[in-house]
Parts: sequence; C-alpha cells; structure tokens
Amino acid sequence: MNQQTCSGSCATGAIPRKRFAGNIGFVVLAVPLFGFIAFVLYLVFYLFQQGIGVLSWRFLTQPPTAGMTEGGILPCIVGTATVTFISLLFSVPVGIGSGIYLAEYAPNNFLTRLIRSSVRSLAGVPSIVYGLFGVALFVSAMKLGMSVLASGLTLGLVNLPWIITTSEEAMTAIPGSFREGALALGSTKWESIRRNVLPYAFPGILTGVLLAVARTVGETAPILFTGVTYYARQLPTSLSSKFMALPYHLFALATQHDQVAKTRPIAFGTALVLLVFVLAFDTLAFVLRMRVARTNTWQV
Amino acid sequence: MNLRKTVDRSVKSAFMVNAVLSAGVLLGILVFLGLLGARLFRDVSPVRFFFDTVWNPDAYGEPRYGLVPLLVGSVVTTLLALVVAVPVGIAGAVFISERMKGWGRVALKTVVELFAGFPSVVLGFFGLVVLAPFISRLFNVPSGLNLLNAGVLLALMALPTIISVSDDALRVVPQSYREAAYALGATPWQTAMKVVLPAAKSGILAGTMLGFGRAVGETMAVLMVAGNAPIIPKSLFDPVRTITATIAVELGETPFNTSHFFALFALGLVLFVIALATNLIAESLIRREKRSFTL
Amino acid sequence: MKRLVSIIATVALAAQGFAGEVMVKGSDTMLNLTQRLAEAFSNAQPDVTVSITGGGSGVGINAITNGEVDIANASRSIKSKEIATARANGVNPVEIVIAIDGLSVVVNSENPVKGLTLEQVGRIYRGEVKNWSEIGGPNRKVSLYGRQPSSGTFVFFRDEVVKAEYSAAMRQMNGSSQIVEAVKADAGGIGYVGLGYLKDATGVRAVPLSKDGQEFVSPQDEAKVKAGRYPLTRPLFQYTSGKPKGDAKAFIEFELSPAGQKIVEEEGFLPVTSDYQAKNRAILQ
Repeated sequence: MNQQTCSGSCATGAIPRKRFAGNIGFVVLAVPLFGFIAFVLYLVFYLFQQGIGVLSWRFLTQPPTAGMTEGGILPCIVGTATVTFISLLFSVPVGIGSGIYLAEYAPNNFLTRLIRSSVRSLAGVPSIVYGLFGVALFVSAMKLGMSVLASGLTLGLVNLPWIITTSEEAMTAIPGSFREGALALGSTKWESIRRNVLPYAFPGILTGVLLAVARTVGETAPILFTGVTYYARQLPTSLSSKFMALPYHLFALATQHDQVAKTRPIAFGTALVLLVFVLAFDTLAFVLRMRVARTNTWQV
Repeated sequence: MNLRKTVDRSVKSAFMVNAVLSAGVLLGILVFLGLLGARLFRDVSPVRFFFDTVWNPDAYGEPRYGLVPLLVGSVVTTLLALVVAVPVGIAGAVFISERMKGWGRVALKTVVELFAGFPSVVLGFFGLVVLAPFISRLFNVPSGLNLLNAGVLLALMALPTIISVSDDALRVVPQSYREAAYALGATPWQTAMKVVLPAAKSGILAGTMLGFGRAVGETMAVLMVAGNAPIIPKSLFDPVRTITATIAVELGETPFNTSHFFALFALGLVLFVIALATNLIAESLIRREKRSFTL
Repeated sequence: MKRLVSIIATVALAAQGFAGEVMVKGSDTMLNLTQRLAEAFSNAQPDVTVSITGGGSGVGINAITNGEVDIANASRSIKSKEIATARANGVNPVEIVIAIDGLSVVVNSENPVKGLTLEQVGRIYRGEVKNWSEIGGPNRKVSLYGRQPSSGTFVFFRDEVVKAEYSAAMRQMNGSSQIVEAVKADAGGIGYVGLGYLKDATGVRAVPLSKDGQEFVSPQDEAKVKAGRYPLTRPLFQYTSGKPKGDAKAFIEFELSPAGQKIVEEEGFLPVTSDYQAKNRAILQ
C-alpha cells in the first residue's frame, strides 16, 4: 500500500483554535530537539574554533616532536588508517558474504531468524566487550600479541554487524524482477546474483562500508589493549607493530601528558581532525545514498 | 553446465557457513566471557561477587571483587541520562514524524544520525575541558568530574538512538489510523498525541531500551569525566565508577589468568548479558508493535 | 576462516622483530620522561623505533611478564608475587634505575598550608581529615585526588604514607597530569604526583613534607633532596627480561649517559645516584 506522508495540511474541518493549540504543542515538542541540535552544532563549532589554529599541512604530515608539544600527528593518522583498513579487509568480505546469504539464500526458518537476531545483537554489544574478547582471542589465545593486526581484527568484529545489515538491506532493495530476468534466461542463482543484483546493490553496500568506516575511526575501547601506543617514532612497519591512533592520542594528551598548556591546542587539533574524518565519511555516504535514490528508477 | 551447477551449490554453502560463523561470533563472545569469568568463582564465591559492596582488587589487605558499586555506577549514570534523553527523544521523534515532511524531515534526521556516529572520546574530551569546570562553577562544587557530568554526556549519546528508533516506530503506524482521526475532526496534534503515539508505544519503549543499552555500554566518555571512585554515589556531584570504565582501567595491569583477570571477564559477562537482554527485549517490542497493526 | 587467520598469525610472527623496535610500557610518572628520551635517542639512532605506552607501573610489569614488551617502566619496585609470576612465565626480571623522583604532595596554590608531616598526609588520604581547618588550613572541605590501582605511584604512596586503604571518596584520575589539572581547579584539592609533573605546573604548589615534624623539605629544594632529606624520594625503575640486549640495551645505555641524564634533569627529575649507578653498571656489563 502506498504510504503517503500526510500531516498538517491534510487536516480538514479543524476549528482554527484547536489547530493553533495543536501547533503550539508541536512547537513545545520541537524546542528540546532543536536545543539538542543547537548544542551539537555549538560543540562542533567550539572544537573547530579551538582546533583550527593548530591545523596545517605540517600538522598532518609531521610526527610529534619536542616531547609531543610540537610537530604533528602523522603517525596517528597513519595508524588509524592502517588499523581501519585491516579491519575492513576482514569485515567487508565476510560481511557482504553474510549479507548475500541473508538477502538471497536464507529460507524463512528458525535458523535464519536466529542469525538475524544474533547479528542485530552483535551490533549492540559494548565496544569494551569486544576489546575483552580481542584480548582473550587475538592477543592471548592466538598469540598475536598487542599488534596492529590484533587491533584490526578486533575492530573488524566491531564493524562486521554493521556491514552485514547494510549489505543485506542494499540487496533486498533490488526488485525481484532483476533476478527473475536472469534466471529466465538460464543463469544459475549465483550467476544471477553476481551479474544482476550485486552491481546494482554495490552503491548501497559501499554506503554501508563508508558509514562503518566513519564509526570505526573513532573507536577507542577495542584498540586500548590490543595494540595502540602512546608514542612511536616510526610508522607501523609490520603486522605486529604497535601503532598510534587518533582517538587514543586525544585521550592520552588529555589525561596523561604532563604539559597541559602546550598540548591542549594539539589535543583540540586531534579532535578536529578525527571529527573531520568522521564527518567526511558520513557525508560521502549520504551523498552516495542520495545519488542512488535518484538514479534508481525502479524505486517508487 | 555441471561446473556452473557445482559452483552455484558450493557458493551457497560458502555463504551459509559465512553467515552462520558471523552470527556465531555472538556465541563465541558469550563462551569466552563465560569460561574466563566463571574461573573467578574458583577463588571467589559468586555470592561475594554479586553482593559485595566493595571493588578493590589491589587492596592493601585482602582483594575484594564486589560488583555492586560498579553496577550501581553504570545503572545510575544511565538512568540519569535517560531521564533527560527519553522525554527529549520521544518529543523530537513525534515532531519529526508527525509534523515534518519532505526535506525538513530528511535534514533533521540526517543531523540526528550524524551525531550518532560522534566519537565518544571527543565527547569525553569536551566533558573534561568544558563541562567539568562549568559544572564546578555553576553548582559551586569542588570538582566537575562526577555523576552529573557523565549523565549529561550519556544523554547526548543515547538521544540519537532514541530519536531514530522512536521515529521508526511512529512511521510504522499505518496511515489509516491518522486518516480516521482526521475524518473525525481531530487536529494533527490531537492525532499525534492521542492516536499515533499510543499505537506506537511498544516501539517507542524499544527505543528507550536501546538507548539504555547504548548508554550502559559506553566507555571512553565516562572514563574521562565520571571521577572513577568505586563508591555508591549519594549525590549528583559524587564521583562514580562504571563497569565499562573499570574494565578499561584495569585490564592492562592484570597478568593473564589471575583472579583479577577473571573478575574483569566476569564484569564483561555481566555487561554483555545486560546489553544482550535489552537488545532482545527491544527487538520483541518492535515485533509486537508491527504485529499489532496486522489484524 | 580460522585457517586464514592462523596463516596471518604465522606471517605476523615471522614479521616480528623486523625493524629495530623497542617497546616500552608502564609507569605514567615516567611516561613523558621516557617519551622525550625516546625522541632524543631516535634522533641519534634513526633506524630504531622506540614505542612508549603508559597505563601505570602495573601495566608495565604485567607486560614484561607476558613477554609483550622489551622494557617495563615502573615507579615502584616489582613485588615478590610479580617476580614469581614472571619466572613462572619464563621471564627473569632485571632491575635498572634510570632516575630518582621526589614524590610530591600538591595542593591548590590558594591553600596556605605551610607543611605537612607524612602522618598528617596519611590521615588525610585515609579520609580521617575532612576539612582543611583541622590541620591549620582554611575552612574548606578536603577533596582527594589520586591515581588508579594500576599506578606504581598509587601503590608506593599507599604503602609509604597511607599505610591502609585509601578513602573510598578519592577520585581516581587517569594520569598524573589530570591530578594536577584537578587540584588546580579545586581550592580544597590535594593530590600526589611525580616531580616531573611540577615542572611547568601553574595553579598548584608542592607542600613541604616532614617525616618527624622537625624538618620540612620541599621536593623542589634540589640540594636537600639530593642529600636524601626529602621523605618521599624513590627510584624510577626499568625492568627487562633477563639482562638487556641489543636495541633495548642501547636505549637504556643512552638513558644513563650524560645526554640522557641531562634530559632527566630537564624533565624535573633527579639523576641517578652513585650507588644505583654502580648497580646499573654491573648489570649492563
């Protein structure tokens, strides 16, 4: 059934006074919401204002010097990028695979419902619990030690449920006629998926990956005990290296560095860079989603 | 043709195994936490763990592993956050769902969702450098690192979840409900408050539960601003220590396979069970709401 | 999937020890000192990476026990229980002293208290003194700030001064610099931090301490501290698994060299005294 959104102007026959009172009601509801939004904007603006003074090409491409009171945050950016990349190497293939199964193959039975419920529950598991699991499994049991690999795998587990959910949604959005057309022409099920569904679902899947990246770069708890470090002069050179990371750098500068006055601007700069990364990936995802919505003529 | 068929069948099996293993991570986490956490009970009785009011693993005297101050810390900060976030969130969701349409609604929802991905360490940093001195000055208390600060930050983190899920719950209410109300002469406001909102109440409750789950599992922000004294708070301005902060602080310093190590996994298990329970309850509430619309 | 991960693990293990990498972990008190030493060392030897992490002395000792790091920073000495655990893991901890610290008790700069005995400080931190007026200060509530149990400073201070459990109301900060910031913002605040954290601190002052009530010594009085008259002097340790070798040994030797000890003094700490120097030399032979 066509769900038209219809409010406000659809109401007919309402006495003007009642409608006025109603409108006041909605305004009252909106005030806290807009208050919240205003606060968020203030927060972003404040971080921007405090951090922009430090931002420069040097800041982004130099390592910290002079006891981390000067220089830049290059190792943090590289570390965050590396560990996020490793996490995607694991979670994207596994996540898309699971999404394909759930969208295309899974019968409507108890096992499928269990899988879906498990995936949704995994999305709600606190990130520190993933950190615990990562220490027990990757650092200790699999003897990877504290390394960028262990952290990457732990983060991979963290963003796996998000990728599964968005991949499944992207594929379910493709109408059945796409598959049926291919099957009618004699392709196997997998061929019909590979040729007639995946390419069209790809933008939606990519949106999901971008959103997952946006949230992964800000995650601190999973990397705390699996590999991040306060200071390392060189960039990570092997899978077993320790690494610096943007969110941990912010935490460390705020709570452990001894020269607060000198490092406070750097901390703000780090927060701003982190925020910019998050917003950039979120925006990319949003733009992609809008483009997909516009070009998908099969969507009503 | 046979090759294609074989490929087709094996691909299906591969994907199925893939999906089962992914979901199996949940079981894996439960098993690891459960096995490691249970080993605590070889040295410490479960009764002492669950009911002791002191958490002091590195004590001068005998170590004590009491869950109570940490559980109270987690629950109280979360409830405080919800006291603010739930009314604001539901009100906002009603506004977005029932009053806004088109680009206005999209814009509002986008802003709300953007904030959902806000890194918690940045929020914690803000709480540390701006909110703490502000609280200290405004209420004339010695320190702004306390329950109140943590509660405010958690409210900010839970709001996007509550708004999002409540909005979904409201949108699922069939249009026919609204149309029937309009036909009887109701204004949009009356429709929203007396017809739509009550119809969506299960889903909205689900949103609250998911907000609870989000807040109770939050680590970095509370670690930076809650004051981290493992006591049962008696006022808004007392410091407090949550389960998440405890794990984050102590995991690094405990050698593998000691009582303290197992105790941290026991804490993790408690946290995991709470998060899992809230998620499952929320899911069933959402299902219940959707079912109530199919006669 | 498990097979794939174990392949990755093998590759990772093989890749270990590729670059000259020295991993240091532990004491928050020594964190910034070691970071600056690492920076200077890397300038001299660019092909060796020294990576530093904090977390507290307990974290460092734990890490060396697990074989995760090359050097553990600790602002307290390793406990016999920890030595036993390490040996059970095949690790034989060897102790080196790289600097001397005068653990300082800090109060807000508005607090006029002239000096405190260790016994008084102990009472304050046990929660027995709730208002500054009880010990000759202004009428203001006492706010306790301290570290977390993973901190060597926490343990050292408790064992030497508090001699019992800390008051449960003590706020456990995430690092010494957070203690300084907190006491700076709180007129009734009191905290304990290593000397290095006083270096550029504003808004707080270190309280002269006395063991017996007769002689009150400020931790910033270098001559008296060097003469051993400050009651809370403590060595700052580094532990390695067995005698230090290779890049780790080179780094430690740098720390103990004149250039390294100069950095120690610049950071506000005291250079290693001659008796520890002799012990270090014996180990590094």
